[in-house]
Amino acid sequence: MTRTLITNARLVDPASGRDDAGAIAIAGDRVAIVARGGGHDPRLSDFDATRTIDARGAVVVPGLVDLAARLGEPGSEHAGLLESELAAAVAGGVTSLVCPPDTDPVLDEPGLVTMLKFRARNLHLARLYPLGALTQGLKGEALTEMAELREAGCVGFSHADVAIRDTLVLHRALQYAATFGYTVWLRPNDAWLGNGVAAKGPLATRLGLSGVPVLAETIALATIFELMRDTGAHVHLCRLSSAAGIELVRAAKAEGLPLTCDASIHQLHLIDVDIGYFDSAMRLVPPLRQQRDRDAIRAALADGTIDALVSDHTPVMEDAKHLPFAEAEPGATGLELLLGAALKWGEATKLGMAKTLAAITSRPAAVLARSRGAAESNRHGLEEGAVADLCMFAADESWTVDGTTLASRSRHTPFARYEMPGRVRCTFVAGGLAFEAAG
Amino acid sequence: MSAAGQLDAEALYVGLLAGVRRLLPPGGALVGITTGGAWLAERLQKDLGLPGAPGVLSIALHRDDFSQRGLSGGAAHTKLPFDVDGRHIVLVDDVLYTGRTIRAAVNELYDFGRPASIALAVLVDRGGRELPIAAACATATIELPADKRIRLARDAAGRLSFEIR
Amino acid sequence: MFGRRNPQLNANDELIHLLSIEGLPAATLQHILDTAGTFLSVNDRDVKKVPLLRGKSVFNLFFENSTRTRTTFEIAAKRLSADVINLDIARSSTAKGESLLDTIANLSAMHADMFVVRHSESGAPYLIAQHCAPHVHVVNAGDGRHSHPTQGLLDMYTIRHYKQDFTQLTVAIVGDIVHSRVARSDIHALTTLGVPEIRAVGPKTLVPGDLKEMGVRVCHDMAEGVRDADVIIMLRLQNERMSGAMLPSAGEYFKTFGLDAAKLALAKPDAIVMHPGPINRGVEIDSTVVDGNQSVILPQVTFGIAVRMAVMSIIAGNSP
Repeated sequence: MTRTLITNARLVDPASGRDDAGAIAIAGDRVAIVARGGGHDPRLSDFDATRTIDARGAVVVPGLVDLAARLGEPGSEHAGLLESELAAAVAGGVTSLVCPPDTDPVLDEPGLVTMLKFRARNLHLARLYPLGALTQGLKGEALTEMAELREAGCVGFSHADVAIRDTLVLHRALQYAATFGYTVWLRPNDAWLGNGVAAKGPLATRLGLSGVPVLAETIALATIFELMRDTGAHVHLCRLSSAAGIELVRAAKAEGLPLTCDASIHQLHLIDVDIGYFDSAMRLVPPLRQQRDRDAIRAALADGTIDALVSDHTPVMEDAKHLPFAEAEPGATGLELLLGAALKWGEATKLGMAKTLAAITSRPAAVLARSRGAAESNRHGLEEGAVADLCMFAADESWTVDGTTLASRSRHTPFARYEMPGRVRCTFVAGGLAFEAAG
Repeated sequence: MSAAGQLDAEALYVGLLAGVRRLLPPGGALVGITTGGAWLAERLQKDLGLPGAPGVLSIALHRDDFSQRGLSGGAAHTKLPFDVDGRHIVLVDDVLYTGRTIRAAVNELYDFGRPASIALAVLVDRGGRELPIAAACATATIELPADKRIRLARDAAGRLSFEIR
Repeated sequence: MFGRRNPQLNANDELIHLLSIEGLPAATLQHILDTAGTFLSVNDRDVKKVPLLRGKSVFNLFFENSTRTRTTFEIAAKRLSADVINLDIARSSTAKGESLLDTIANLSAMHADMFVVRHSESGAPYLIAQHCAPHVHVVNAGDGRHSHPTQGLLDMYTIRHYKQDFTQLTVAIVGDIVHSRVARSDIHALTTLGVPEIRAVGPKTLVPGDLKEMGVRVCHDMAEGVRDADVIIMLRLQNERMSGAMLPSAGEYFKTFGLDAAKLALAKPDAIVMHPGPINRGVEIDSTVVDGNQSVILPQVTFGIAVRMAVMSIIAGNSP
């Protein structure tokens, strides 16, 4: 059994809010000792470590939980994306990730789920939690065998970015999921108003790009909330993008509706004007909105209205971006940028390290746990007995985003040439060293 | 051969007027190349008692250095208030140097028709020809280092002088 | 990557591509209009050619069909003595699956000096300008809904020819503005050149209120829109608007927003009527107006050739 001792660390546990200097010992796949404070914990001398790491003041935090990362599998097995993207995850400090079902073929058959989980497990990289499709083929017509899919390992049911046109089908899907207490993951976007390549506004008007009005999000949210009231279903809302949408969510949560939600690193930092001269790296779903929407997202993530920050990692191969804006494939690489994006936001909002990291660790972990219906045996926190999924990063080092040096196979990101704070030194999954930075 | 510093444009103009009077046949037309040549042609037209205005010619569209210099800012247009076909033309310019301006001017004239003849009258010939072009009348011949430029200037009262830089 | 510098200008702020009127200073626009005046006189000579682009190859890349615009560019290039090659992309390699950038790379290998590009997607000419060889110049002949800069320029030339002073004018643009690249280019040019009152006239489905962000006054009433106008620019109504549930019928459109003699009488007596073409007689504009003495639609075409000659010669003479 591997026994690792990490000394001189800054132990940050967002679940409890604690931020102390100390040391941590891992035995097998569990955290054995958490020694906080300056004084020497005698248990450390008795700990027979097979490997010792001097953190030199680096932050040690529970591994990041990314609720939205596409891995391209099933579909791109030939490109070896599963390996490269799960490796990118641990390079970014992400130890658990949730992937949507819009794969090829769609994740609507238990066999596909079993195979995916099997392949991912054998790579010994980040943990993969797939979402099953809510309807067969994501066609929005017939329900999937949710119980079977759950048994195969799906943690929830989603319709990815495909809008469900038929409200009767959506109603029935929520009703059925509510029968078993499954969480339905939905992106609020009206099927007809939501077709556009940029956010409706002065920039889209000037550039002559078809715009998606905020109405597309608020109308969809209103529909979802009404259906929730009627069915009692639990819903996780994906990729909120507008100030108006956030207000509706705030009211719905105050009302007591069982919902959680997330926003992506892109909406947290960028706005429509960043499209500049039709830069297709900015072609994203949902589209980048305006300043006040970004401000609302930043505030809502701070006050908890938005539960989690996600990378929305979507690998896009080279040529697919070298097209006129509207024809370019939407999406960007994100797994390695999740930590930096959160830290950048935390610095600006002055939340402190524990609260900042909560948005990408304990809070998404709670969403995931609820969705799994977990009588959570994997306690997620920096506590003795918890599973040893950890990320160690140098908080005072920063790095420049360069598509060619990322571990991900997908090079496109709107954050190209940005300086990101926080450099990941190593990542542990189940006590094993899944990633170690060179040098 | 005069030293460049001693050039008196007004005095030279008198010589030019005499030369052009000899060159221009009856029914012929004066064409001045912008800007210096056009000023001269304007004065010559009046002093020779010719009716109307002289032709004004811009070589902007026929320059041979377009790829290096691009299209220059001034929007001077060629205006020829007479029919070029079968006409005897006296082309007037301030300074004759490499000959490229004259080559471009001849090409420009040919866009308008086929003249009976073209004769060249200049105020100053500074040598340094790069093309087989000659002036029928050049009031002064000077030598100037290759890095110096010389051209005609006109003040508010219409007095002509030379600028050498 | 373009970064924040305007990709149309080189380091000396000279024009090397014409992609859009946005971001071009008034002096640049005036320079183009002045140069166009020179070329207009060329079109009156016996020899309607000047050698400025001799030896250069101009490739017309029309991903969206347009015989008229392509023809005017061809005439303009030939009058500059360029060699013109017309590429009917819809029927050629792109239909076989060749990517846009591969097409450009292949053409660059054939020593193209200038691409004149028309594409159905906004922003396509920017992508091309970004990826073609440094010495190649790109002229946007219309991209999606975004920009049709040579049309905007020839419209400005027309207005300057008949009205001289931009700063005293009221200009009304009527029709399907939200989908119109011509309207966007006209609006940018008019605002840059200092026109104090620009009205966008049409029904709410074609002229939504948020167009005012472009600096225009939105009018949903035709009479109010053209009253006392000095210039009326009519836009073509496309059939897709009826099938897209934006308008009920061409007939109703003509009744409410078409330009007939009665509505024209509300404008200034010396107002000029313009249209980028092709005209739908009886849909957006009445025949009597098209053929009437306030219409300058045909002169627009003549000015268009001179303006395109000016644009091509100016950008060809500037290095990247």
